Amino acid sequence: MKMQIIDLHVNGTLRTVTVRFADTLLYAIRGKLGLTGAKPGCLNGDCGACTVNVDGWPMKSCLMLAIEAVGKNVTTIEGLKNTSIQQAFIENFAFQCGYCTPGFIMNCHSLILKHPDADDETIKEWLESNICRCTGYAEIEKAVKSVLEKK
Amino acid sequence: MLPFDFDYYKPTKLNEAVALYQSLDKKEKKPMFISGGTELITLGRINLAYTEAVIDLKEITECKVMKFEGDHLVYGSTLTLTKIEETNLFPLLTKTASEVADHTSRGKITLGGNICAQIFYRETVLPFLLADSQVMIVGSEGMKVVPINDIFKEQLQLKNGEFLVQLATDKRFIEAPYISIKRRQQWDTGYPLITVAALKMGEEVRVALSGLCPFPFRSKKLEDSLNNREWPINDRVDAALAELPRPILNDVEGSSDYRLFVLRNLLHDVLEGLDASF
Repeated sequence: MKMQIIDLHVNGTLRTVTVRFADTLLYAIRGKLGLTGAKPGCLNGDCGACTVNVDGWPMKSCLMLAIEAVGKNVTTIEGLKNTSIQQAFIENFAFQCGYCTPGFIMNCHSLILKHPDADDETIKEWLESNICRCTGYAEIEKAVKSVLEKK
Repeated sequence: MLPFDFDYYKPTKLNEAVALYQSLDKKEKKPMFISGGTELITLGRINLAYTEAVIDLKEITECKVMKFEGDHLVYGSTLTLTKIEETNLFPLLTKTASEVADHTSRGKITLGGNICAQIFYRETVLPFLLADSQVMIVGSEGMKVVPINDIFKEQLQLKNGEFLVQLATDKRFIEAPYISIKRRQQWDTGYPLITVAALKMGEEVRVALSGLCPFPFRSKKLEDSLNNREWPINDRVDAALAELPRPILNDVEGSSDYRLFVLRNLLHDVLEGLDASF
């Protein structure tokens, strides 16, 4: 097995990790950096539980090789501190079991940054990328809208 | 988790990518070009894709362009679908691309990757088939520019070691009235049952389909039937349905009979939506 040493810029810090070229970003951040906020779900790009931000955009970390993230800014849920969307999830009870929550928050966080004036259609388009098995969609929608309205 | 190892190369020049492929192919490394790389991961993890050498094309300058050159709009093959949507230079492409996978995944899936995908939907090719676009391909024999309708037969007919660099589309088609509809078995997310894209050039309606057969296609015969204004609309649609390529998909998303039922209604929707039903 060929291992590679690569530098990843994660949550504002340069981190050196040893990976296979075939390793996904999800595996590198969870298994090598101990950042277990991004959740492994389908590992097929369907569920969105592993969503992180790459250069400000949402990214399913199971669909990206770790090597592809070299030179990019990766933010995981651990890198968000006291953001309005985190508070809004608490205030609106926008989670039940919590497994999908980090992925939803990272996607919502990017949406708020990229489209602060997002309409219903845009919100729906973006949030379709994540699945909540507890079906807490109404509360999640309320949470993201509460932040967008404040802006 | 991918159950195999590979080497990873990220060339920045076209000739570098071509030469890499040739040398890795000679070494029997089963080289694979990627741009978004989503199929390498999703198919690789279930042993439906395999390579010992990945050549990542997304840093090649020519593959990243998105600009008007004279009367043509040029798209590089490694542009992500999100970038294409956000820029929205070709509304029919925006609409068709915006129905592929989901928003986050479209930040990774690229135009060239979708057109050359193993998964049979390959919906983003539909607007280019309708617009008689030109494709630029590079390989060991150099660069060539070919009409997409000459080289896309169920899939893009690439020789070993060739890859798609750019697609160029005449402005006339970009400004034409269009319609794009994706019908799913239920609700608004998930795999498509049928995707139809259509353009109206003058009085002529052009139609391309994905999800009906195990490949996307545009059929001149189907269009001729739909455009036969001497017949009533029902007869035009019936004649069009008689011109379909085979096989009609019959899978968990829908039986072949159901797909044909949905298509009949879709063709009516297209003709009415483009004001061509009389």
